[in-house]
Parts: sequence; C-alpha cells; structure tokens
Amino acid sequence: MDDLYRELILDHYRNPRKKGLLSPADIDYEEDNPVCGDHIHLTIQLDENNVVRDVGWEGEGCAISQASASMLYETLIGKSLDEIRKISKDDILEMLGIELGPVRLKCALLSLKVLKAGAYGLTAWPGEEED
Amino acid sequence: MKHDFETPLDVAAVRADFPVLEREVRPGVPLVYLDNAATSQKPLSVIEAMNDYYRRYNANVHRGIHKLSEEATDAYEGARKRIAQFINAASYREIIYTRNTTESINLVAWTWGQANLGPGDVILSTEMEHHSNIVPWQLLARRVGCEVRYVPITEGGELDMEAFHQMLDELPVKLVAVTHMSNVLGTILPVREIVEAAHAAGAVALVDGAQSTPHIPVDVQEMDADFFAFSSHKMLGPTGIGVLYGKRAILEEMPPFLGGGDMIKRVELGKSEWNDLPWKFEAGTPSIAEAIGLKVAIDYLEGVGMENVHAHEVAITAYALERLAEVPGVRVLGPSDPTRKGGVAAIVMDDAHPHDIAQILDHEGIAVRAGHHCAMPLHQRYNVVASARASFYLYNTFEEVDRLIEAIYKVKETLTF
Ligand SMILES: Cc1ncc(COP(=O)(O)O)c(C=O)c1O
Repeated sequence: MDDLYRELILDHYRNPRKKGLLSPADIDYEEDNPVCGDHIHLTIQLDENNVVRDVGWEGEGCAISQASASMLYETLIGKSLDEIRKISKDDILEMLGIELGPVRLKCALLSLKVLKAGAYGLTAWPGEEED
Repeated sequence: MKHDFETPLDVAAVRADFPVLEREVRPGVPLVYLDNAATSQKPLSVIEAMNDYYRRYNANVHRGIHKLSEEATDAYEGARKRIAQFINAASYREIIYTRNTTESINLVAWTWGQANLGPGDVILSTEMEHHSNIVPWQLLARRVGCEVRYVPITEGGELDMEAFHQMLDELPVKLVAVTHMSNVLGTILPVREIVEAAHAAGAVALVDGAQSTPHIPVDVQEMDADFFAFSSHKMLGPTGIGVLYGKRAILEEMPPFLGGGDMIKRVELGKSEWNDLPWKFEAGTPSIAEAIGLKVAIDYLEGVGMENVHAHEVAITAYALERLAEVPGVRVLGPSDPTRKGGVAAIVMDDAHPHDIAQILDHEGIAVRAGHHCAMPLHQRYNVVASARASFYLYNTFEEVDRLIEAIYKVKETLTF
C-alpha cells in the first residue's frame, strides 16, 4: 500500500493545487468517469502565443484521480499547447510513480483525458487512441 | 467473543467444501471473499459434477437416441425438476432455463411485454432496482409506447409502501416489477403484499429474485408472483445459467422468444408450431453442464438448509453492522435491523472514495465491490456516487468481519485529512 498511496499522492489529494475555476477561460471542459463517478472540470487561460498562463480546476473522486489532476495541472503553467499535446499516458504513470490495475488506470488518466479533450477535442482514453 | 446472534452452521466444515477459500491473494495474505452479491464461490461438488458430465456423458440433449444423450437429457431435465422443487413451483413446466436473471427479465419484456403493453400502460418498478430490472422496461417502453414509473424508497432504505399503494391506485399499471432483495441495501421487500396488491389492481407481477434465492427460502406459490427470475452463479452454481419461473397459464399464452431448434414441435416452410412448455422458450443447444452444476448447488444449499443459511447471514451481518457503527465517519446504507435484510453492507466513508476503500481492502486480501453495483438510481437517491459493498454468504466468518474492520481503520489512517 505504501507504493499505492505514496506520501506525494496523499499530499496532493489532501491539499490539491490550483483548485478553483478561472473565468474567463480559453479552455473549459469537464467530464465524468461513469464507472465510479469521478469528475473533473478544467479551465485554462492562454497567452497570445498559446502558452498556458494559468489553470484552475474542480473535481471530486478517488485519491488517485484527484491527486493525478492536482499534479498534472500544476505543471501546465508555462507550457505551450504543442508541449501539452505530447503528454502521454506513460508520463502520467511516471508522475504518479505507482502501478495500477485496469480500473484504477482510468482514475489516474481522467485528468489527462479532460485536458486533451478540452485542448484538442480528443475524446479517447489516453493510450487507447489507436484502438 | 460473544455475538448477539449465534450461527447454526459449522462454518469450518462448510469452508472445507470450497477450494478457493484456501487461497492466498498474495504470499501470507489469505483471501477474505466478501463480494458474494456479485457472484458466489463454488463448492467442490458443483465443480466435480460439471467435470463429470464432460468426462463421462457429454452429449447434446433431447436429440440423440444413444446412451450418452439419454444420460445427459436425464441430468439436464432432472435439474429442472430439482429447481422447481427448490422454489416450490407447481410444475417443472414453469421453469425456463435462461443465461441469467438479466436474460430472464428481458425474455418477459420481449414476449409478454411486447404482446400485452401499449401506449397509456404503466410499468411500476422501484428506485432500488438493479439496472437489469430497469433497462429492459425502458427499452420496452420505447418500443411499445408505455411508461415506466418508480416507487420511491425511504431514507431508511425501505420501499415506501404508502406511495406504492397510491401509485397502484392512481396509475393504469399493467405490470409491477420489483426486486425481492436489494443488492445494495439488502432490504427484503414485502413481496407477498406487493404481489397481492398488484393482482387486486389487475396487474401482473414480476419479482427479481437474483439476491433472495441464494440467501433466503423462496416459495413462488406462496409469493404468488407471475414471474420470478434468478441466476445460478450467485447461489453456488456456475455462470451461464439462470431461471425464469412463470405461471403456466401466462406462459401458455405468451409468444415464443428466440426461434430455432428445440423450441418447435413441427416446422414447415410456411409456418411452425411451438413446442410445449418450457421448451417453447428454449431455442438452441442449452447450457447443459451448467444446469447440472446448478442442481448440485441446490443440493448443497438444501443440505445446509436455507433457514440456516439465512440465520448464519443474520448473525454475521448483525456483527458487521455493530462493528462498522463503531468506526467514526463510516455509514452503511439501508436498513439497520439485520433480521430484516440480506447479508449486505454498502459502506460510505466521509473522506474516502469507495475505489480507495476497495483498493486498500484488496491490499489486505479482502474482496469487496466498489462502484454503483448496477444501481445508479439508488445511489442518486442517497446523493452518493458510489459505495463499497461487503456482502456475506454461508462460508464467511466473524473473524473475517474483524479483518474487514481492521482494514477499514487502515483506510481511515491512510486517507483521512
Ligand atoms: C438484484 C439483482 N438483480 C439482477 C441482477 C443481475 O444478475 P445477472 O447479472 O446474473 O443477470 C443482479 C446481479 O448483480 C442483482 O443483484
């Protein structure tokens, strides 16, 4: 369990970063994972070069989904949309540093799915785009 | 430790009959299987009966005039008679084999429902149904233009009987479709009263027995339900076989379901003549080994005694509810009186999402189910997205409840703010 709920994950779960929606926002997208009811709503403000100026989000759900959102979204500031496009499923798993079964994988990837859907309209689950 | 309710079972002896219960989930972590509402484990006798069919007398049923086919047909049809006896059906002709509860209910929707319901008619269901007793009716409503309405449930997890009687009075109800036991709350519904009221209002009554049949004595004639559905896999039997019980007079009038071999008496290119009950509803080669397995599962349950199975679960559930009540921040959905519910505890915790609960429990070797348990409307009713459900059966022990409680404390330690 120490591997599953690492201190870093628990810290982000208990004290999520960048919580609170931005208004106005250039990107505004929300989605549920219907299997477990996890929910993430993401807002992003861009500068004139399409670089992220600020992010804010709201959500509810399990520790993995919420920590993953907190950790991922915090790192977006200063990144261009092109850089964001390159973020992959493996980057998220590396960031979390844990191994997950198939159901929990969706919890972990909901934050990236919301980001990609909001930014590019990509609605597939990260890692399953080719299926 | 003294328990409020004593179990009548020699649980150690029962456990010895279930090979999987010896298993460790990881080295040094024995399995605690508390996901019985999803599916039960199987005793060795069931596994061996199915093996025996494949090893010794595998053949198709109803077709061959040869030794093996006769033996297979005897075993397959003998199982049907055993099932009829188990739920006290008036005749084996009222026992239709299906794949599971879901298929049984869909069969009724596609045959009886399609033939008898139309615009203006109402199907009355409840807010505590499994999706399999909601969605087939929604689909039927779309096809024939009838409407589905739902009886509300009380904060305490009981069906609101006043509302039920009122809706039955005020709406043009043609079918009442209710569960016998909730798979989330454990609530046992007063089906005798519900069926009687439905009949008085001129409606037909279907009871979803997926959770009741494995855990409490069932008597379909006493209940007087027109249809009663259940699944083998939740009652110590294999997957792939379920039952639809229907009153003979109604089944005789119903059009067939799937068409094909076995369900006909005579086929001409222009028309066909349907087979007698129950085969009219059983097209194609059925699940033969599974029917045989189900029969042996029933033998096992009756050997223990359904009254004893229930009494054991009341004892375990009473203890679980009492221990869970000790843990701050933990809430169990549904009735709190263990004698009035099945062996189910759907747990909601203040700071922990059900997925996190299930994951930490899994680490301790404890199998529970996290999610909405195919009952999303019910969770919406209680304003929770999901719950972590522990569900008990005849082989669960008080010590396993203790392990569950210890693990719940671990969840709190890990996730509380
Ligand atoms: C109350 C209830 N009804 C119906 C079902 C559906 O059973 P099956 O999946 O075997 O068709 C279940 C099982 O989850 C259940 O608990």
